[in-house]
Amino acid sequence: MARHVIAPVDELPPGTRKFLEIEGRPIAVFNIKGEYFGLLNRCPHQGAALCEGPLIGLAQSKTPGEIEYTKLGEIIRCPWHGWEFDVRTGQSYCDPRRFRVKAYPAHVEPGASVVKGPYVAETIPVTVESDYVVVEL
Amino acid sequence: MNVQFRERTESASPLTTTTAIADCDIHPARANRTELYPYLAKRWQHHLEVYGVHAYQGMMEGPPYPKAQPNASRRDAYPPEGGPQGSSLSFMQKQLLDPNNVQLGVLNPLNSGQGIRNHELSAALCSAINDWQIDKWTSKDKRLKASIVVGNEDGMTAAAEIRERAGDKNFVQVLLLSRNVEPLGQRRYWPIYQAAEEAGLPVGVHAFGFGGNPITPSGWPSYYIEEMVGHSQCQQSALASLVLEGVFERFPKLKMVMIEAGFGWAPSLAWRLDKAWQRLRSEVPHVKRPPSEYIREQVWWTTQPMEDPERREDLFDVIKWIGWDRLLFATDYPHWDYDEPSRVLPAGVSEANRAAFYLGNAQKLYGVS
Ligand code: FES
Repeated sequence: MARHVIAPVDELPPGTRKFLEIEGRPIAVFNIKGEYFGLLNRCPHQGAALCEGPLIGLAQSKTPGEIEYTKLGEIIRCPWHGWEFDVRTGQSYCDPRRFRVKAYPAHVEPGASVVKGPYVAETIPVTVESDYVVVEL
Repeated sequence: MNVQFRERTESASPLTTTTAIADCDIHPARANRTELYPYLAKRWQHHLEVYGVHAYQGMMEGPPYPKAQPNASRRDAYPPEGGPQGSSLSFMQKQLLDPNNVQLGVLNPLNSGQGIRNHELSAALCSAINDWQIDKWTSKDKRLKASIVVGNEDGMTAAAEIRERAGDKNFVQVLLLSRNVEPLGQRRYWPIYQAAEEAGLPVGVHAFGFGGNPITPSGWPSYYIEEMVGHSQCQQSALASLVLEGVFERFPKLKMVMIEAGFGWAPSLAWRLDKAWQRLRSEVPHVKRPPSEYIREQVWWTTQPMEDPERREDLFDVIKWIGWDRLLFATDYPHWDYDEPSRVLPAGVSEANRAAFYLGNAQKLYGVS
């Protein structure tokens, strides 16, 4: 499993996302409240660029008349037909048994360890002083 | 559920299709409120400024958007130069026509002056939309063809608009909506069918409309999802009315296209109509043949939104009844329930049927090759 350095942390502040292509695959990396998540940027339904959709919350209802709204900013809604997926896991909420988006682990590594490898820097010059967002693929 | 979305390996599914296709339901939008002014007499420009439009129902401007996605459209369909989704020809070419190899695209403008109480204003707006379709779209891209939008509630002026456009190669059909003041088979609409038949143009009935009646027969529903399925109920009433008022009998060369309301319900509606007709024929003696015969001979169906039955065989059974020669592929671009051409048809369809489904049927019906 190769590790890819995709951005210095300050280029991906909370609430933002970055689109990239790694090994021919369209990937999006999200910073959600300081945690990083990678997803394949292709909807399993009809193939839209899934991660261009809005981040919403999860509306659920145990009994009619009661609505619980959780996971604020952690659910990605496809820009085409609106299918919802959990950014943390790629899990679908329409038909979780059959549909999921591939999730890629993403996290932060200090520059010193990144420079030593085994990392592949995609597009960015790497210095030991800063921290980098790294995606595993 | 959806059979065509069986798990697949990534590489097995190209996102663009190389097959040439027709897209029989594209919605062009105006970039701004005044884009139609060059095609409207000063009198009507001032009328709009002073009075606005007075529709048979509220919320005409706003099919209370966003409805699932902004402007009921794909979020990725905003043109880079700004304006609403569907308002830029160059972006439509880049996002829809070129990558999907669209050879024929049929434009169906919505919010176009249909269903307005002031019939003169309705006619003026519809005529302006038709000029605008030529100027902004069909004259600039030969793949695109327009639908003649008519002031539907006044059959006579609608027929005049059709006659004026007849023979103009920019236009390939007459456009009506499914929700009107009365069911579509009634007499006030007959001049439209007569003019269309004379002009050799199919009449498209697109889901939606501004007739002022609730979308369900039991009143206004609470949820948008009810409206989504209500379109097919509405279309069924329209089609039953067309058959039972004798429209197909009176205009035997008339071709109707049911747009954006599904087609899975077609056989059951036809079976119910046939059964009732066998018992109640004497009430409607002008309906000379079993209703299903008119439907199978004079009706075509656009595919979007395709039904997605759990077993693909179920869909094939329905299509077999309708006929592979009756379906017209459509994406509904730029709307959010868009169907992606490369993903929409399950595997296991013969080459000939695929070709008819994606392109041949539309070329034949619309007389465009
Ligand atoms: S392509 Fe994503 S929901 Fe349909």
